[in-house]
Amino acid sequence: MTPEVERPFPPGDYPVVIVGSGPGGVQAAYMLSRLGIEHAVISADPSPGGMFRRFPFFQRLLSWTKPHVLYEQDTREYEWYDWNSLLATEPENRAVMPGLMDGTSEFPSRPEMELGIRTFAERTGLRIRHDTRWEGTERDGERFVLHTSDGDYRAQAVIFAVGVADPWMPATPGFEHVAHYVDTRVPETYEGKRLFIVGKQNSGFELASGLLHWASRIILASPRPATLSVNTHSLAGVRARYVQPWEDSNLGGGVFILNASIERVDRHETSLTVHTRRSDNGEPFPVEVDEVIAATGFQCPLVDLPDLGVNVFGQSRLPTMTNHFESAGVPGIYFAGTIGQGVAGLKKYGIPANSGAVHGARYNARLMVQHLAETRFGRKRERPAVKPAEVVDLLLNEATTAPELWNQKSYLARAFMRDEDGTIRDEGIVSLADFVDSAGPDAVAITVETDDTGDIHPAVYVRRHGRVDADARLDSSPLHDYRTTGHRKALQALIGHTLG
Amino acid sequence: MNSEEVVDELASLALFADLQRPQLRAVAHIFSEESFPPGQRILRQGFAGSGFYVILEGDVAVRIDGEERARLSKGDFFGEMSLLLGEPPVADVVAVGELHVLHLAGPDLKGFLEQYPPVMFRMLQSVARRLRNANRLRN
Repeated sequence: MTPEVERPFPPGDYPVVIVGSGPGGVQAAYMLSRLGIEHAVISADPSPGGMFRRFPFFQRLLSWTKPHVLYEQDTREYEWYDWNSLLATEPENRAVMPGLMDGTSEFPSRPEMELGIRTFAERTGLRIRHDTRWEGTERDGERFVLHTSDGDYRAQAVIFAVGVADPWMPATPGFEHVAHYVDTRVPETYEGKRLFIVGKQNSGFELASGLLHWASRIILASPRPATLSVNTHSLAGVRARYVQPWEDSNLGGGVFILNASIERVDRHETSLTVHTRRSDNGEPFPVEVDEVIAATGFQCPLVDLPDLGVNVFGQSRLPTMTNHFESAGVPGIYFAGTIGQGVAGLKKYGIPANSGAVHGARYNARLMVQHLAETRFGRKRERPAVKPAEVVDLLLNEATTAPELWNQKSYLARAFMRDEDGTIRDEGIVSLADFVDSAGPDAVAITVETDDTGDIHPAVYVRRHGRVDADARLDSSPLHDYRTTGHRKALQALIGHTLG
Repeated sequence: MNSEEVVDELASLALFADLQRPQLRAVAHIFSEESFPPGQRILRQGFAGSGFYVILEGDVAVRIDGEERARLSKGDFFGEMSLLLGEPPVADVVAVGELHVLHLAGPDLKGFLEQYPPVMFRMLQSVARRLRNANRLRN
């Protein structure tokens, strides 16, 4: 443990307390620091990094950082090509990741990612009290009391960035003989084994990919057919990196993908029988194997927050949140990091946002902290005036290059609003769901969307008389550049009466 | 809710009443759970790309041009009309309190109904009832 004298943020009273030192906690702490809002950051871990201190198991991420693109690394536009660096306003603190990667892959290794979060915290001067475990929560009037292993913290607002980190397994009979993904051993110990993997999400296919060389047979099973990200036109489904087991299965090469529910696991002297039931005909289908691994996901470690009134849903026990990541049941409790995936947004054509990954969560954290600062600390955001003649070009430039709109398609948007005195003001990046569902002055928001055919295009939402009546799509463009005469004309026609 | 609890919930809903437990397990994995705060629109009048929803907990208000026309509650579903017609929804559906639903992506509804004809029949019955009630009102 770090000597007490060097440890920041002793127990006490703070305006805001952040719990967690993964990317979500670090990004939120950076934002609060830059807004000058006093806060404490506590974490049970001994160093920054969160889940990246341990995962992904096979030590290579799924999220790109492309060093050589059309934009300089210290620009805002570059953020679309670098999914793994945290956000900073100072150019020298942007794009930490490409400088730490060894050049062998556009996907950083796990140690590179962990180093990236630590480096960002060091360069931006963030302080974190490590080895301090949050153990319980109480209300004390308008304040919250956090009981921790080091003592009590009191705060007006608390930001929980604790990840979706607790391994979850179903209560299926015999699962006491089943290992969870987190307990996977080194690959060579699976040499010659018949392996059964429960789950067909990325973690299941990651294991299958990593063990193809070692296992004698791999069966992946869950009730629902697997989907591929290249078919969903999003990051939902199995990513391209992990498709090799699928191809092996199609060729009959020792990998099998079953659509079946798992009803029971029986242990024998040297093997296990997994009793499955096929989804297609309901028939029982027992399989004899040597090892079973459950790639069945994780839950939010929310400790006693549900007792306080934070409602949770789904297998991951995500909290019900507003569009600004505040608990719907307990105002003053906020969430950052991968927990933000509980805010669905418009989810048009069923395509989810990227809130579960760093490249989406980092913008959510910024939006959440800006909202918290504005509503609880009176720190009004700057809303610069914009000349009416410039609005169309500004919107189309955002649709073409804004990293927020590309990383969080159909979820975050750039908005401009007409003030009471007729001045047009730049609202910055907003939650699209909040924009379309809030009454307010005449305004326009632009975002980038993908439809069910995979077509990527700008979408425009115009608020008139306090209501957004419809969405309007602009044409797609082969190289995703919407700064054309045709797009200008189409957009002008859409917003002319409102902001033109 | 974990997946077995979702299966229990599905088993209690009229829409899925004809499915056996293994089928319900598959259905539970096909839908995703979502939760919304009070006042959030889930279906938006005039917006493309909507989905299909089954209410697990809570109530929603159905509003056309801001005027409330109906309330739906646990076991009710919405979003199918616009998906069947391939048109944007003609009403807003708004969470009255905290709302907990199962969601199916719009483009997946056709395949889902083809795979589970008993669900399609139940849905058809529900749509027929709504049409009958609308005709009664008109007369």
